[in-house]
Amino acid sequence: MNKKTNLLNSSVGRKFLMGATGLFLCSFLVIHLSGNLLLFKNDGGIAFDAYSEFMATNLLIRTIEIGLFAGFLAHIIFGAWLWLDNRRARPQRYEINKASDSSTLASRTTFLTGSIVFIFLVVHLNTFFVPTRILGIELSMYDLVVEAFKNPVYDAFYVIAIALLGYHLRHGFQSAFQTFGIRGQKYLMLVNIVALIFWLIIPIGYISMPLYFLWAHLSGVN
Amino acid sequence: MNFILKAWRQKNGNDKGMFVAYSAHDISPDASFLEMLDVLNDELVKKGEEPIAFDHDCREGICGSCGLMINGRAHGPQRGIATCELRMRSFKDGSSIVVEPWRAAAFPVIKDLVVDRSSFDRIMEAGGFISVKTGGSPDANAIPIPKSISEEAMDAAACIGCGACVAACKNSSAMLFVGAKVSHLALLPQGRSERTERVEHMIAQMDEEGFGGCSNTYACEAECPKEISVVHIARLNREYLRAKLV
Ligand code: HEM
Ligand code: SF4
Ligand code: FES
Repeated sequence: MNKKTNLLNSSVGRKFLMGATGLFLCSFLVIHLSGNLLLFKNDGGIAFDAYSEFMATNLLIRTIEIGLFAGFLAHIIFGAWLWLDNRRARPQRYEINKASDSSTLASRTTFLTGSIVFIFLVVHLNTFFVPTRILGIELSMYDLVVEAFKNPVYDAFYVIAIALLGYHLRHGFQSAFQTFGIRGQKYLMLVNIVALIFWLIIPIGYISMPLYFLWAHLSGVN
Repeated sequence: MNFILKAWRQKNGNDKGMFVAYSAHDISPDASFLEMLDVLNDELVKKGEEPIAFDHDCREGICGSCGLMINGRAHGPQRGIATCELRMRSFKDGSSIVVEPWRAAAFPVIKDLVVDRSSFDRIMEAGGFISVKTGGSPDANAIPIPKSISEEAMDAAACIGCGACVAACKNSSAMLFVGAKVSHLALLPQGRSERTERVEHMIAQMDEEGFGGCSNTYACEAECPKEISVVHIARLNREYLRAKLV
């Protein structure tokens, strides 16, 4: 018998890819948020626009961006693949299934939360990325942000999608470490603390942007 | 005690199957779940009906034969026990109980509540062993093994192969079972020499049998009658990563 598997044709290998791309995307969340915090600098968007200009023109950034798109694509494709495989493994459902007695809702809904994040991603790129980076329209990114966040429906969608991203990471972040076999008593605590940054603090950071600009619009600051 | 039992009836693998309601009377609170089924089956036989087929052997939680999905929980509502150890006093008198077989593509139903778990056997054949010359029994302490390591290996070795981990997992994943087997052998010096091929072959077989992947929901650990920890799944992942890197 000589059964050999590789990373792509084994279920565990594909989970490694999910975990690796997932953590890579987490690193992007940190960078994206820290740059966007310039939105809160009270200078009418000068600093933010300069930052945006830098991100749009720097060759290194544009190269990393390709990797980011590849990471998203791989995470989404392998996520869908896993989900299909996992459904196939249970062709007949249970009449009664008290799954909540033995596992968390977040752990059972990663595909659903991920899919909503994906829809969000499309909307988000369509608002900010397509006009400036693809169509090459010359405009202030800050003005674009201010304009987009005036719409309360758009803002509500934002808040919900980001909250669900947080929920995705409520399970996903620690899960990636289990996937890579990092689970000793000494790591478990540390991972759970760092996870808190990703599933709670970073989402709050992102959510504060539409909320702030909506508030600014309604109260006439902008 | 009295119960309304809604049991899955299915003539064979090709039959569609359906739930049939039965009433079980005068059941002792100290009866095990399987003894309750025995009482009910006696009655069915007397009436000339086909008894409900279910797997069992040791009836003391060590063989892994029994295994039923009871009210949506693998091995019933209590933790850390097999179906044969579940007592009827755990249920409310007069309540209705839904009993289903394990559901997984890799565990096809043979009849009623009996599923075919030979997929587990094939995973074991693929690598769940050590190749040694059997001869005279070796000296007990010829190979020194630290206590903590032997304890952890023994924890993994407690797996009785019941399949509750698969049954409870939303993906019908066998990672806790395979994790327990791989971990048990990888921890001990006797199992070390074949660790690379073992993890490769067992995972390849696991995938071939049609078990799902692990989403780390940890439902398996919660439902395992031997309370095997998902730490062993982490070790399985490590062993696999190592096999890919060396
Ligand atoms: C910024 C966006 C995202 C981040 C940071 C992220 C992060 C993660 C992380 C860290 C994991 C855990 C990996 C593991 O268990 O080893 C994960 C799992 C998962 N992600 Fe995402 N994800 C994102 C977007 C998406 C999207 C758009 C989808 C679309 C379908 C998705 C689908 C999934 C699925 C299905 C899993 C679970 C795989 C399993 O069953 O174990 N994710 N994600
Ligand atoms: S790991 Fe637990 S639930 Fe799974 S087969 Fe072994 S004893 Fe049964
Ligand atoms: S009959 Fe042996 S474990 Fe239940």
